[in-house]
Amino acid sequence: MNVPAAWYLVLAALLFGVGAFGLLTRRSALIMFMCLELMLNAVNLTFVTFSRTLSDISGQAIVFFVMVVAAAEVTVGLGIVVAVFRRRSSTSVDELSEMKG
Amino acid sequence: MIASAYSVPSVLIFLTAALLILVGAIGVITLRHPVHAALSLIMTLFGVAVAFVAQSADFLAAVQIIVYAGAIVVLFLFVIMFLGVDRREGVSVEPLVGQRAFAALGVVLTVGGLIALMARSHWVTGVMSVSSAGKAISTGQGNVKELGTAVFTTYLFAFEATAALLIIAVVGAVLLARRERNVDAEEVSP
Repeated sequence: MNVPAAWYLVLAALLFGVGAFGLLTRRSALIMFMCLELMLNAVNLTFVTFSRTLSDISGQAIVFFVMVVAAAEVTVGLGIVVAVFRRRSSTSVDELSEMKG
Repeated sequence: MIASAYSVPSVLIFLTAALLILVGAIGVITLRHPVHAALSLIMTLFGVAVAFVAQSADFLAAVQIIVYAGAIVVLFLFVIMFLGVDRREGVSVEPLVGQRAFAALGVVLTVGGLIALMARSHWVTGVMSVSSAGKAISTGQGNVKELGTAVFTTYLFAFEATAALLIIAVVGAVLLARRERNVDAEEVSP
């Protein structure tokens, strides 16, 4: 018998928590994007677990689309990082403060 | 006790996946060097792929390795090398006072609250096999065919929309990373 779905769901919740903590505390834009990938993967794992438990293929189809959107997001995000780096020679998000009120 | 309730291979696979995922994730958020963090991210992605295989999502596991580890992490590494930002970032400095403590508190409250809430009720409820009209998906031998059928029939519109999204993302990335031809004096890149 396969391990219960709750184990995988708890694992996904922990992965999401680690990713969220990294996103809130790290300052390099590149590392923040990596933490975003961690959180997206946690959600993907949850979708696949529900797909298995409910015996429904839709969860896996949604994971497929999440992967496509993640790829597009990383492409545009890293393009922005490159453009910002050209102007400021840094990827630290602390230095992007000229829109501060 | 655990081994008697569930089959030993499935427990071992789960522990392997959990170890890969959590060690890799903690590496991503603690390692100072961006290249090391990216390599640690690959470890997490492999762990997630193992968890996908264990839950008979074979196609997604392959896509996970090819797209994530093969394309996205390589893109990360390429940008790190391209920008030359492979110097260490200080993780000991904390510009905002108490930021880390508040972040930890918020994350622990969210995840702990989620787990505590779900532990009191059923983890998974709902109608089985809605999208396939009650027909269970195949397990073990893989369900690539069912996934393909769902993507190209039920979710055809979303599939076409993702094609447009990818084109827009590629054009946008080229536009953002492009060097200006007629630069102003202040915009001369280093």
